Amino acid sequence: MDTALIIEKFVLVVILFLISLGIAAYSTYFERKLAAWIQDRVGPDRAGPFGILQPIADGVKMFLKEDFTPQNSDKWLFIIGPGIAMFTALITSAIIPWGPDITLFGRTMSLQVTDFNVGVLYIFGVVSIGVYGIMIGGWASNNKYSLFGAIRASSQMISYELAMGISLITIVLMSGSLSLTDIVNKQHGMDWNIWYQPISFLVFFICSLAETNRAPFDLPECESELIGGYHTEYSSMKLGLFLFSEYVAMFVSSALMAILFFGGYNFPGMDAFSGNLLALLCVVAFFAKIFFFIFVIMWIRWTIPRFRFDQLMHLGWKTLIPIAIINMLITGLVIAFNQGWF
Amino acid sequence: MTYELISYILGGLTIGSALMVILSRHPIRSVMYLVITFFFISGHMVLMNAQFLAIVNVIVYAGAIMVLFLFVLMLLNLNKESEPKMSIASQVAAIISGGIFLLVLLAALSESILPPMPQQMSKSIADIQNEGLVQNLGQLLFSKYIVPFEVSSILFLAAMVGSVLLAKREKQNTEEL
Repeated sequence: MDTALIIEKFVLVVILFLISLGIAAYSTYFERKLAAWIQDRVGPDRAGPFGILQPIADGVKMFLKEDFTPQNSDKWLFIIGPGIAMFTALITSAIIPWGPDITLFGRTMSLQVTDFNVGVLYIFGVVSIGVYGIMIGGWASNNKYSLFGAIRASSQMISYELAMGISLITIVLMSGSLSLTDIVNKQHGMDWNIWYQPISFLVFFICSLAETNRAPFDLPECESELIGGYHTEYSSMKLGLFLFSEYVAMFVSSALMAILFFGGYNFPGMDAFSGNLLALLCVVAFFAKIFFFIFVIMWIRWTIPRFRFDQLMHLGWKTLIPIAIINMLITGLVIAFNQGWF
Repeated sequence: MTYELISYILGGLTIGSALMVILSRHPIRSVMYLVITFFFISGHMVLMNAQFLAIVNVIVYAGAIMVLFLFVLMLLNLNKESEPKMSIASQVAAIISGGIFLLVLLAALSESILPPMPQQMSKSIADIQNEGLVQNLGQLLFSKYIVPFEVSSILFLAAMVGSVLLAKREKQNTEEL
């Protein structure tokens, strides 16, 4: 453990933090522009050319608003709720391999904060504790709509975690490893998992929409029924953190989809390059995939109406979980057959 | 040594948060302290190089069971006022019986203290680094411990079938009524 390694990792963590927040901030702008485009409007265009300073204006507005705490709320839990939401949204990026190793100042550096050997399980762990932010925030507000939002969020997240986990087992079976680096390296060039596991991807995609509380699964904050859901009582930057954590989670889950199913930083024809140029192109390819998924998630939000709660539960328990289990069994059988077990 | 320092700090934090679970008068805060305790226990597992167990501990206990606890507590809406007040006599009785239980536990566990550090250090570093890996755990589960593993999975299956059956019967009754 040398000092250079610590500095290197520290710099990487700070850069990842800034990138996550920057992309999340500009996702809000992008989402509003996209919504405007889909609905044939102009969208935000007052702050700066084409309105590109809009996220900064929003941020300043959030900070300058009155920070109101309801009278009968649980003060301490009310404060840490948004904090937990933001924390869980951010920590997943620690295990994401952003690109192949680069050589800088005579040192080989990994573009990954840590290659955790149970990376896939770490994702599940973060997803499963992600619900605490919303639950704690919703309950501490001491408002019946917030409580409804919190309860909806927790039951929705618990239900969709199962199908998500089972759909990921097929990827683990195919790669033979729980490490995200190994999973990415197995998909060299164009040999992506999506060609082998389209059903698994579909299940994972739907579940990650549900886990990030994006439409059509945004029942926890369903404004037509629950005012604002779990963040009804929140104001100022606490509300900002809740809204922001949704965009960070969207960025991270897009990155995960790119890694698990679309080859991560691999792109066709990557063997023609080497060294730092390869690393740079890989990072560009990876971010292109991430932005594509962010676009698809937004596109879905402005296209499909919200589910009813019983439809949501029906889809989760009676459709996605059986599909995922059958898919997992078939994958297991095919792998066993290929290895000559029969 | 850094390792020992970290494990002492972690141990202190674990005991502190575990104490807060009982001392906190607020049910929801107790649950939160319990979740924190599970995280510290996972930290100990990471120190012992058992990343798999650490993560599974977080997923199962902090991520699933405690969420259900919190879910139920939120619906019950317990708070400081609704907590039953106990008389002094019952409090004293609880302290005495708890103390005796602690004594029995200490007596029972004092013989089975974990092997001291030197024994673990005698293994090669590669051995220690590979000890808690998923591959080794999986191979052990499917060879040496196959019978307990399968029996416990049947137990889980029985519990699942049982809960489905219970939910179903309730539905039929309401339809008959």
